[in-house]
Amino acid sequence: MNPESALIEFRDIAKIYGHGEAEVRALDGVDLKIEAGEFVAIMGPSGSGKSTAMNLIGCLDSPTSGDYLFNGVHVASLNQDQRALLRRNYLGFVFQGYNLLARTSALDNVELPLIYKGVARAERRQRALEVLAKVGLQGREHHDPSELSGGQQQRVAIARALVGSPEVILADEPTGNLDTQMSREIMEVLKELNEEDGMTIVMVTHEEDMAEYAHRLIWMVDGKVERDGNPVRGGSRR
Amino acid sequence: MIWETFRLAVQAIFRNTMRSVLTVLGIVIGVAAVIAMLTLGQGSSSQVTADIEKLGTNVLMLMPGGSSGQHGPGSSSVAKAFTLKDVDAIIDQIGSVETAAPYAQSATNVVYGAESTSTSIVGTDNRYLTVVDWPLEMGRSFLASEEQSGKSVCILGETVRQNLFGNTSPIGEMIRLNSLTCEIVGLLEAKGASSFGTDQDDVISLPMKTFQRRIIGNSDVSMIFISVRDGQSTERAIVEIEALMRERRRISEGEDDDFSIMDMKQIASMLTGITNILTGLLSAVAAVSLLVGGIGIMNIMLVSVTERTREIGIRLAVGAQANQVLMQFLVEAVVLSMIGGFVGIVLGLALAAVGANLMMIPFVPSLVVVVGAFLFSAAVGVIFGYFPARRAAKLDPIEALRYQ
Repeated sequence: MNPESALIEFRDIAKIYGHGEAEVRALDGVDLKIEAGEFVAIMGPSGSGKSTAMNLIGCLDSPTSGDYLFNGVHVASLNQDQRALLRRNYLGFVFQGYNLLARTSALDNVELPLIYKGVARAERRQRALEVLAKVGLQGREHHDPSELSGGQQQRVAIARALVGSPEVILADEPTGNLDTQMSREIMEVLKELNEEDGMTIVMVTHEEDMAEYAHRLIWMVDGKVERDGNPVRGGSRR
Repeated sequence: MIWETFRLAVQAIFRNTMRSVLTVLGIVIGVAAVIAMLTLGQGSSSQVTADIEKLGTNVLMLMPGGSSGQHGPGSSSVAKAFTLKDVDAIIDQIGSVETAAPYAQSATNVVYGAESTSTSIVGTDNRYLTVVDWPLEMGRSFLASEEQSGKSVCILGETVRQNLFGNTSPIGEMIRLNSLTCEIVGLLEAKGASSFGTDQDDVISLPMKTFQRRIIGNSDVSMIFISVRDGQSTERAIVEIEALMRERRRISEGEDDDFSIMDMKQIASMLTGITNILTGLLSAVAAVSLLVGGIGIMNIMLVSVTERTREIGIRLAVGAQANQVLMQFLVEAVVLSMIGGFVGIVLGLALAAVGANLMMIPFVPSLVVVVGAFLFSAAVGVIFGYFPARRAAKLDPIEALRYQ
């Protein structure tokens, strides 16, 4: 960690798709700082650029202009493989559609990032079991995704994001496919991770109820940050 | 990491067993065909070599008919036949010749009691059995007196004995060859099929004089078998015999020979050459099926990459580098084709063993061929797996994750 800089810093970031008439400014001069330990929700209407911002933060994409500093590192100057290393070592992803490997046990799914980290098999197994227990999935380690409920699948995905001990968890609509009950369970897991382990969490959502779990809400419209502050009804639930 | 990649590949292959089986089928058939062809080819080559060695590499055959003229070797109807005097002259006048034997052949029907069979009758003498190194199974060879007076005695080949007598001893029995009744004095050892595929044991041998007088009705010797002394050059013997025969047959200088001398070494290399060409051609055809098998693997791997786009996206998101994705798919293709290669080798060797048994040639599996086929199938995996693997590695993680 570099104490001089924020964990995540956007400096006048623009992301432009297409050319000329068809040009779309998905992000249009975004300045943003996220410190370690924050729980940030990004909201906004569809097309506001929140997913694009998420892809940039996750080093899956690179900006058209501006600087993105992750932990003080200029991400734009990194090539594909170096960005893969950043993802491997510092980032954990949770997706709306879970994105687990089919016909592969929960345990094997969670072990996946550790394979690429080069962790030995026995240690991999142990750490995967630990994080699965942490998200409340003891006894389900050998179930395939098809044998698990949506909420349980998302817990496996969170375990997979956690297993590599990342600096930040990026959750893209983590409750988008879940009913209210399961959504709350998932948000409780994330909240616990943030409050007890100090895990930095950045979450995109379109549900205000879920955004309320966060400490900070970034509201985006037309590729710009329109409002940045406390969640609307934030204090009441915490 | 290599081991992990290998484990992943095996998992992926067995996750869709049916498709994997169909994919490797092309490789299996290709490798099996190549292995079977090459193994059978080597078997028949070694059969030829063994035959020639049995006959002796120091054996020459003298036949009427020029080798370079318009008549091919053996066109005795045009060229003058030899005589028994030629045989004596060769033995007497050429020092490097161990011995020589006259040979003439005809085909006829042979009758014993109610049994009858058609076979080939050879007129020769005891020296022939020495030259071609053909021992007797039972009985005796011709006596000198029998050869000189042209007595009605004969020696049977194993096939004729089987046809007329079954497994019982034929010695002392009388058989009829057309108008000639003759006594069986000996039985030749079974020799099996010749390199040309004819049954060498389907033969009855008579003393030359008996044959000339009672069967063919002239004093022609249609072929002379000559054995050269051990350690003497066959090439020199050929030159000397040629000179002697030109003189005896009064061929003036500048005229072509009206006879030809064949060296067993020549015959051996000719036969081996033919076998090798055939083996090569058939193997080339088989190799084409290997190529088709490789294209099959590429096809399925491309489908697999498309099908697993999301999986690739997930792997990229959790930190897999392009090279690691490339290796995963490449190793999968190589493992797949090596499995195919292994099954193909087993199948090919089994086919070759059965084929060798049917063709009555030795089964000669070659380590070089087996290892070569295995490496070749692995190479097929690398070559045809690379393009799909590269396509997988080049996927954009965002697009791949969004893929439905």
